[in-house]
Amino acid sequence: MQAFDFAAPTSVSQALGLATTGSAYLAGGTTLVDLMKLDVMGPVHVIDINGLPLAGVTTQSDGLHIGALSRMSDVALDPNVTSQFPVVAQALLASASPQIRNMASIGGNLLQRTRCDYFRDTTTPCNKRQPGSGCPAQTGVNRTHAILGTSTSCAATHASDLAVALVAMGASVRLQGQSGQRTVALDGFYQLPGTTPNVENVLQPGELIIDVVLPPLPWATTSSYLKIRDRQSYEFALTSVALAVELTGATITDARVAVGGVATTPLRLPAVEAALRGRPATTATYQAAATNAATGAKPLSQNGFKVTLVQRAIVRALVELVGA
Amino acid sequence: MADGLSRRHFFGRAAAVSAGLAVGVPTATPDLAAAAGPPGTIPVSFTVNGTGRTLQLDPRVTLLDALRERLNLTGTKKGCDRGQCGACTVHVDGRRVLSCLTLAAATQGRAVTTVEGLASNGTLTPVQQAFVDNDGMQCGFCTSGQVMSATALITEGRGSTADEIREWMSGNICRCGCYTNIVAAIQQAQGA
Repeated sequence: MQAFDFAAPTSVSQALGLATTGSAYLAGGTTLVDLMKLDVMGPVHVIDINGLPLAGVTTQSDGLHIGALSRMSDVALDPNVTSQFPVVAQALLASASPQIRNMASIGGNLLQRTRCDYFRDTTTPCNKRQPGSGCPAQTGVNRTHAILGTSTSCAATHASDLAVALVAMGASVRLQGQSGQRTVALDGFYQLPGTTPNVENVLQPGELIIDVVLPPLPWATTSSYLKIRDRQSYEFALTSVALAVELTGATITDARVAVGGVATTPLRLPAVEAALRGRPATTATYQAAATNAATGAKPLSQNGFKVTLVQRAIVRALVELVGA
Repeated sequence: MADGLSRRHFFGRAAAVSAGLAVGVPTATPDLAAAAGPPGTIPVSFTVNGTGRTLQLDPRVTLLDALRERLNLTGTKKGCDRGQCGACTVHVDGRRVLSCLTLAAATQGRAVTTVEGLASNGTLTPVQQAFVDNDGMQCGFCTSGQVMSATALITEGRGSTADEIREWMSGNICRCGCYTNIVAAIQQAQGA
């Protein structure tokens, strides 16, 4: 691990004032400390933000606010989250392990780095870690990689379950920088890799995530998160589905669908939502809608199964949530 | 904040990892920038198993290494050292966490409990006794992490079924494969 100096500010303004070239904010540390040990990240200044007053879930006029330093385990059990947004609680409990959920913050979860083995291995090229060095996943070991939103520079998936649920719910993040505060829809927060996979989101240097805002969505009480993985627990998604459905009688009047594990960003699927809207809640409807899930997919040598898997996962999630 | 990175600085800091240990009452929120100590080190005060400790640490030192190498509390094990196996599980302020992914400097003012802090006056806790009674181990390397996680699981009120125990113990890997006996041990401890 590279040497760094350490500071523990107690206010947002102090933290922002300390941020400079080569600095990194430390919250739960489950990504940062891991990647510093692997020499994938090497900040020379570590700013411990755990003393900042950014934890807690509060109900405000524009929706439910989840403080960026709230821990995954606390948010997963928060009564407002579990009652109003079951999909968010389920996505959190499907993530990582109890120990990691006690440590990891909500802001850090959204900013976690990909699990692509080439990114994590400094002996191999990786355009995300070292721009211009190449992407061995294009022809190498790519079974867990993305089929959507990829480029010839990068096919790494975004690893967060929470982000998939939040994108489905139309959540936004409030960002605080030296020059002020701004609100960004999470759907537009993440950036496709294109030719610059090292740029993963619109966060500016030194900017902090203050909180996540979940706008009211009354029918999100009928929502769920389905995660398909190689082992039952403590594993990243091969594919996942965040789902909410508004039912009027036996008709789907509105729906939210986002998927994880198959794309380079958490991916909302408007075409699938549109194909569900106004249709009877039947397996035939689900299957027809799901055919829109992988439009434009570019499978690599080992991950073609995800094209089928993501469609079947959407159908299964709908059957389990709404019934056939 | 301080300086950039240089080769000389790096070795200076690396050497400082082995600097001295002070045992005493935690100091009140020290001013890190003004703290005395070997160059590149910072004072970290926290409670370990009920006793206040102050260490002068390179900020790179993890809680796991501080416990094992500086405080000689070797009950907490270093398995993967990457947050993937759970052997290093300890409690910080009563919550189970991975000490390998926790910087010791970030535990300033917090209360740490390790496996050495469970038994009192030689009497094992119900969880520890249940692991013995049910043979919940083979090589034993993962056991202290399993015990710390199982202790937390019971406090959290989790594990009403065997499947739920498996889910809420999934952060602790046992490569000997003693899972059946570990689940049995936890079920015994839940009834204790």
